Amino acid sequence: MNDGCQGCGCGGAGASPPGGETRRGALFKLGAGLMAVGGAVASVPIFGALVAPGFRRYGNSWLDIGGVADYPAGETRLAKFSIPGASPNDGETATAAAWVRSMDGGKFQVFAVNCAHLGCPVKWFQQSRLFMCPCHGGVYYEDGSRASGPPPRGLFEYEWKVENGRLLIDAGRLPGLQETA
Amino acid sequence: MLRGLKAIIGWTEDRSGMIGVVTPIITHRVPRNAKWWYVFGSATLMFFCIQLVSGTLLATLYAPSAADAYQSLVYIDTQVPMGWMLRAIHGWSSNAMVLMVVVHMLQVFLHGAFKFPRELTWMVGVLLLFCTLALAFTGQIMRWDQDAYWGLGIGASIVDRVPVLGNQLRNIMLGGPYIGGATLSRFFALHVFVLPGLTIALVGLHLWLILRNGVSEMPKVGEPVVPATYRRDFEARTERTGVPFFPDAAQRDMVFCGLALIVVVGLAALYGPFGPNGNPDPTVIDANPRPDGAFLWIFAALALLPAQVETFLLLAAPPVIVLLLLAIPLISPRGERAPTRRPVSVLAMLLVCTALAALTWLGVTSPWSPVMDAWTSVPTPVRLVERLTPLQMQGALVMQYQQCRNCHAIDGTGGMRGPDLGDVGSRLSWDQLVRQVQQGGGNMPAYGKTLSAAETVAVVAFLQACRTDGQPPAFIPGALERAASGDLPPVAAPVAAPPAAP
Ligand code: FES
Repeated sequence: MNDGCQGCGCGGAGASPPGGETRRGALFKLGAGLMAVGGAVASVPIFGALVAPGFRRYGNSWLDIGGVADYPAGETRLAKFSIPGASPNDGETATAAAWVRSMDGGKFQVFAVNCAHLGCPVKWFQQSRLFMCPCHGGVYYEDGSRASGPPPRGLFEYEWKVENGRLLIDAGRLPGLQETA
Repeated sequence: MLRGLKAIIGWTEDRSGMIGVVTPIITHRVPRNAKWWYVFGSATLMFFCIQLVSGTLLATLYAPSAADAYQSLVYIDTQVPMGWMLRAIHGWSSNAMVLMVVVHMLQVFLHGAFKFPRELTWMVGVLLLFCTLALAFTGQIMRWDQDAYWGLGIGASIVDRVPVLGNQLRNIMLGGPYIGGATLSRFFALHVFVLPGLTIALVGLHLWLILRNGVSEMPKVGEPVVPATYRRDFEARTERTGVPFFPDAAQRDMVFCGLALIVVVGLAALYGPFGPNGNPDPTVIDANPRPDGAFLWIFAALALLPAQVETFLLLAAPPVIVLLLLAIPLISPRGERAPTRRPVSVLAMLLVCTALAALTWLGVTSPWSPVMDAWTSVPTPVRLVERLTPLQMQGALVMQYQQCRNCHAIDGTGGMRGPDLGDVGSRLSWDQLVRQVQQGGGNMPAYGKTLSAAETVAVVAFLQACRTDGQPPAFIPGALERAASGDLPPVAAPVAAPPAAP
């Protein structure tokens, strides 16, 4: 490597013809300006695709998770469903699960399996009527309220409705403290 | 033949001048006393090179799509000749790289080698530490198994807690509103393009800075770093007493790197690759996600942070830690380098190391996690069963059936979330046991609504029988009289006639 300055635009290499100084200065500014404009225009699509998910509003949609009869009153069962609009290369991760608590009088509570602490999958225990989290020991009562451990709140709940004997839930997004369910 | 070779080398050198550039670099003089302490940086670099080579080869076999990734790993492990070993070496060498980078950093800190004029070398090193950790984390995602899936879930939940923009950032991180194909693709790009590229660039800068400022000498008590004169003195000393890096100093690096490599290959051959642990199926709720070794301390911290400050610490701690590490050489750029003259620094270092080691150990044992199958797999100890009355026996069944053992050990077996109940009968009185079972508290759920009065009596009778030989049941004077006068909750009524001690 030597100290040549071809292309650096500094106009410093003594041998420039008279008048070259100013012309080079103007050319340099033009070059810098064009690069800036070109770069700005190019980076919109380049980085746009990267940050696009941050600007989109993702809605949930009503998903059929089975007939009401599949969920006998007094029991809490796991429902599995496919995430709407999943991409073909999601594989198994295009599915999700929810805990459905069926109560007397056709009432339901549908909980996300994701712990309200940091999202690990909570497991239902029918005998003690508790949900336990394998990660940091969060525990919830059967109505989803926090029983113990680090979770700052109860389990996330999905909206539900019954249509023509089918149980529908409003789901699709990964639940989280800001993105409840 | 030899002449031909010489001619080729001569021609290449004439056109490129590479030998002229490289020779002074590898033979630059380093302090004579730069001995075994100095091998860890080289070892880190060696493992990084192994990661580059083995990673590139893995990329020729791995299918970076959420639908296929898991199967492609199983295929590499079981069908590709030596494929499992390739994965094993990549995995073990990544652990070795993390370990070496940490040891290297501790050595540099201990010897005050970050002081003038090597501040920037330290700072670039700090960035390299985080690149290494980021590579380790994203590498764990590449396994695309249950650990990866739920690990991402934890990461997403943390990002989601950022005020205002949390949800947007989370969706950018995941490439959408859930963990899926876009998520794996993002982390794949990070793991194989962005982070390695960044690391290579920073390693280049790190090495350049080492060449520019020289390898530091071993610290000597009474020879503080004085910026005004340091460079001149250092150059004079290395000129006088230094040795060429190659081969004099490099031979130790070579011995250590060779040994370390043999150990890593040996471990890989013995223990095989890491994971993949279970299909990344979000509907399999039996998952028991655990992070890799380098992140166990974070896993432990997440379980132990008090809820009130958790979000604040989760979000504030990482930037504070990074800035603090970067600022170390600016806080203390001059003065004594010898550890014996820097007691505060050395103590702080020991404290951090102890804390990390303790948290990592806790992460390994994770006593806060319920043992999900303890209620069906861990028996009631024979020494207790042998002497139980029928009522107490019934209580033992209730205890087992209600999943109490998931969180409570008896005589050391079972969950460790709550206290071991092997001697609870001599620690808590009948009343206290009833209250604890019914109302919970101290991290225990309340069982008042779940258990019938009869079940409560049975389980408390059993708990009272949980004592070591010869220990009487715990007893609060006056409790019987109070119970008899009727000012205790209804279920405590049998207290008036507690079952006789076995
Ligand atoms: S994720 Fe469930 S307790 Fe932490």
